[in-house]
Amino acid sequence: MARFEAYENNGGTCVAVAGADYCVVAADTRLSVGYSILSRDSSKIAHLADKCVLASSGFQGDVKALQRNLAAKELLYEHNHNKKMSCPAMAQLLSNTLYYKRFFPYYAFNVLGGLDSEGKGCVFTYDAVGSYERTGYSAQGTGAALMMPVLDNQLKSPSPLLLPARDAVTPLSQSDAVDLVKDVFASATERDIYTGDKLEIVVINSAGSHREFIELRKD
Amino acid sequence: MKLDVSAMENNFAAHAAGGEDDGGLFGAGADLPAMELPTCPADFDGFQKETKEMLKHKKGTTTLAFIFDKGVIVAADSRASMGGYISSQTVRKIIEINPYMLGTMAGGAADCQFWHRNLGIKCRLHELANKRRISIAGASKLLANILYSYRGMGLSIGTMIAGWDEKGPGLYYVDSEGARLMGSRFSVGSGSLYAYGILDEGYRYVMPVEEAAELARRAIYQATFRDGASGGCVSVYHVGPNGWTKLSGDDVGELHYKYYPVEATPVEQEMADAPAA
Repeated sequence: MARFEAYENNGGTCVAVAGADYCVVAADTRLSVGYSILSRDSSKIAHLADKCVLASSGFQGDVKALQRNLAAKELLYEHNHNKKMSCPAMAQLLSNTLYYKRFFPYYAFNVLGGLDSEGKGCVFTYDAVGSYERTGYSAQGTGAALMMPVLDNQLKSPSPLLLPARDAVTPLSQSDAVDLVKDVFASATERDIYTGDKLEIVVINSAGSHREFIELRKD
Repeated sequence: MKLDVSAMENNFAAHAAGGEDDGGLFGAGADLPAMELPTCPADFDGFQKETKEMLKHKKGTTTLAFIFDKGVIVAADSRASMGGYISSQTVRKIIEINPYMLGTMAGGAADCQFWHRNLGIKCRLHELANKRRISIAGASKLLANILYSYRGMGLSIGTMIAGWDEKGPGLYYVDSEGARLMGSRFSVGSGSLYAYGILDEGYRYVMPVEEAAELARRAIYQATFRDGASGGCVSVYHVGPNGWTKLSGDDVGELHYKYYPVEATPVEQEMADAPAA
């Protein structure tokens, strides 16, 4: 009997890096099913608020539904409270949104980046059913296992659980962080068939947000 | 252990076959659809259970808590893994429910995080309604009742609720199978058997706080040493009459050299330069 498959993995990788006063969120724009590339120019990044950007990989059907759902909730929040939603508030909203579908989950692996209420860069990383954690940097998606060791090597700071606490800020300038993100994507593209084509990078800082594209391998 | 899934069995077909008052909806002719319907597995719930397992973030974990004469000690590691991949080394497995109550997490990360957040809300509402803090027994029962109502649906939680209330120190073990046990010492998670080894060996009811904290730290450390799914940092909390305090947080990588200092091995033979030819 033919089996109904509710999910597909469309691949792709998302990365976010937080700095003292900026946040870099990046994702590739390839969309595949199995060995077939269906699109070379499909964005995984949603701009949810001024200082809040969501990048998601996984099943693009679920991803689009989730991102539009959150964008709608953000708009309602804006009308109710006459202000944009903060990044930590959006982080908890995303967690609850994911958990409310605990028994039929969104097949989406999310990284949320932005600035917190103090203007510091923040990154929140999720699993598909809504467990989340604030970190300094994160990678999610098919290339995550290739990228995380490199990011750990370059950016790892003392654990926030340590007592006495040690300062844990990514010791990197904004342009260095953007360069690092470009490098890890170029490297992951070499070994991950689901990552490639183009890289979309969004940088958020006190001046606002800025978007750029760079080309990746297309094979 | 086998989960009881009888509540999830799909008995739609049985109902449709024997339906009398269905208004002819399932009667003669109704079994011939005008157009072909997409096929759906007979066991749709089973399909959901499978997909959930694929996505879930499991925490191989070691957590422990015990009551002694000066309060409760709670300790945990901080590793989260998905299969063989370590997805985080900085998870907060000890949840601060309110200044007098802590919860520990073992099992599915999202399940624990969400239901502890939910418990925190319920405890605060109880406080506002009754003008006094909820007891540890009450809080643990709130959680246990919720988890029992989801029994057999695949939640995975093993938690300890520890704290100080009007009756003194309190400690309960609650899990997603519906258990709720009061006790004086517990350890939960894949590394719990290693932690129990150290804990049972060193536990006394009368102990200074420092010794109790060191016992907990050592028990978690030994568990991270033998259990691949536990690791990261060891956090130790104490709950006394004035609420909880975090006593320590140590990276296991550094803790190892505290327990086993590297001794300089004596050089038996110095390598000498070859005599000039």
